[in-house]
Amino acid sequence: MNAVRPVPPKRGPPRPKYWNEPVMSGWENAYIFEVARGLFITGRIFTRNMLRWISGGKGALTTYYPEETRADYAPANRGKHILVQRADGTPQCIACNLCATVCPAKVIEIEAAFNPDNPEHPKYPARFEIDYSRCIFCGLCVEACPEDAIRMLKEVPNLPSLTRVDMWLKKEELLAWNPANDGAKR
Amino acid sequence: MIQDFVITFLLIGYAVSVLLTFGTILTWVERKQAAVMSDRIGANRAYVRIPFTQVKLIWLGLFHGMADGLKMMLKEDFRPKTYDALGYALGPWVTFVPVLLVFAVIPFGGTLDPGRLIPALAGWFDGRTYTLQIARLDAGLLVIFAFGGITIIGAMLSGWSSNNKFSLLGALRAGSQMISYEVVMALTILGLILIWGTVDLGEIVRLQSGRVFHFLPAWGIVLQPFAAILFLVAAIAENKRIPFDLPEAESELIAGYYTEYSAMKMGLFMFAEFIEIAIVGALFTTLFLGGYNPPWMDDGGFALGGGPIGLPHWMMVPVQLGTFLVKVLVVCSFQILVRWSLPRFRYDQLLAFAWKFMFPLALANLGVTAAVLWLMER
Repeated sequence: MNAVRPVPPKRGPPRPKYWNEPVMSGWENAYIFEVARGLFITGRIFTRNMLRWISGGKGALTTYYPEETRADYAPANRGKHILVQRADGTPQCIACNLCATVCPAKVIEIEAAFNPDNPEHPKYPARFEIDYSRCIFCGLCVEACPEDAIRMLKEVPNLPSLTRVDMWLKKEELLAWNPANDGAKR
Repeated sequence: MIQDFVITFLLIGYAVSVLLTFGTILTWVERKQAAVMSDRIGANRAYVRIPFTQVKLIWLGLFHGMADGLKMMLKEDFRPKTYDALGYALGPWVTFVPVLLVFAVIPFGGTLDPGRLIPALAGWFDGRTYTLQIARLDAGLLVIFAFGGITIIGAMLSGWSSNNKFSLLGALRAGSQMISYEVVMALTILGLILIWGTVDLGEIVRLQSGRVFHFLPAWGIVLQPFAAILFLVAAIAENKRIPFDLPEAESELIAGYYTEYSAMKMGLFMFAEFIEIAIVGALFTTLFLGGYNPPWMDDGGFALGGGPIGLPHWMMVPVQLGTFLVKVLVVCSFQILVRWSLPRFRYDQLLAFAWKFMFPLALANLGVTAAVLWLMER
């Protein structure tokens, strides 16, 4: 009664194929020659890298992390923070707390103080600390700053440490970072 | 009599320490070579700090082997609830001990004349000479295959008694794979036995210091290049290393037949595996690479052009011992190169490769060797 009818071939254009059929020649199917080729490739790379190591160079692409830092960070990379200084060396920060407010990770702590000797900028940060164990390097603090007092360098803060206390950076360290060749500090 | 005992004791000590050192060093070699092959640096963070100073010895990461051993000794010694506690406890030892025993018949140096080496003891030794080989057996090769067979029992025993389906699957795979490849391995050797007419390994090494066509050393790899390749492949398969590591395929069977083993029991399996690399290296060196002799050299000295240029005995012994170690290390390094270059077989491919590809080739090799020998004798 209900005989199984053959499925009619589908109409329309043939379905596109998104993969390549494995096309292997007899040479490749013999396997042993391809094995020899693979061994030759890995052996060649081994020899090349060994020669580099022996001749005093570096035969690897890896960077030893705490000992070496990569030189090829992008110029737009959001790395460590710096506090911009005025010509007299005081921080440009006016302790408005906007960066601390906008910070999604809540890593910035600012304690404002009053300086009666400077009528132009009477408010300054007595304490400016960043907790790098929690910082997510989003750059919102830089966006929020009305005085252009905080910026980010392309270099990352190299703070490998076994304690979290070591990852808090104080105002002095944020001011003293990379003072010589830092374009941001003019 | 007591002299023989002392010398044999020293030889056993040398052989065991060489094997254990190879087992430890090869973990480092494997890590570092894999790293260098793939543009990495490799394990280099373990260090030993000299007490009371800040001097940290890293030594290219050599201490990682020590850290491994320490970790295995300090881990919990887990025991599964199994119906066969004795088999479970025996498993690692049945795997580990035969691997060490195989080395007893492998000659790792030429003739030792202790009287000539240490003149003060010349009177005591009274002109006795010893071959640098623990057991001088006529049946050397047969002993090696006999002990190799025990290793299969170890793998099957540990897998069966672990009461775990992954272990059981791994043991089944290990059993069928090792038995299949052992047949191939023995067949590849038969051609060599036909040529040399002996299974005594010391004799085989001495015969290999001859010449082919007056300039090539009569190494097994020169006489039987085909058998050499087949033997190496079968030996790697016998050792259950990639591309033949089906019994312990991590992505399929966790760790195969030693899934249920922890701490130093698992360490014994790993150690046995690494020592087996060295054993395969030693076997290949002995059978195909002229054993402990550098090319164009035998116990008499170098003999490339004219007569042999003799070496003093105190130089000869270290040269031969060192040559053996270097050759073994080269073969080990090649095995590691294979392990980090090739992907794993599928299981049916593995057995088909053994029985449909290597077995006929080994048979053909044997047949051709026999025919050529027959023609040469006529």
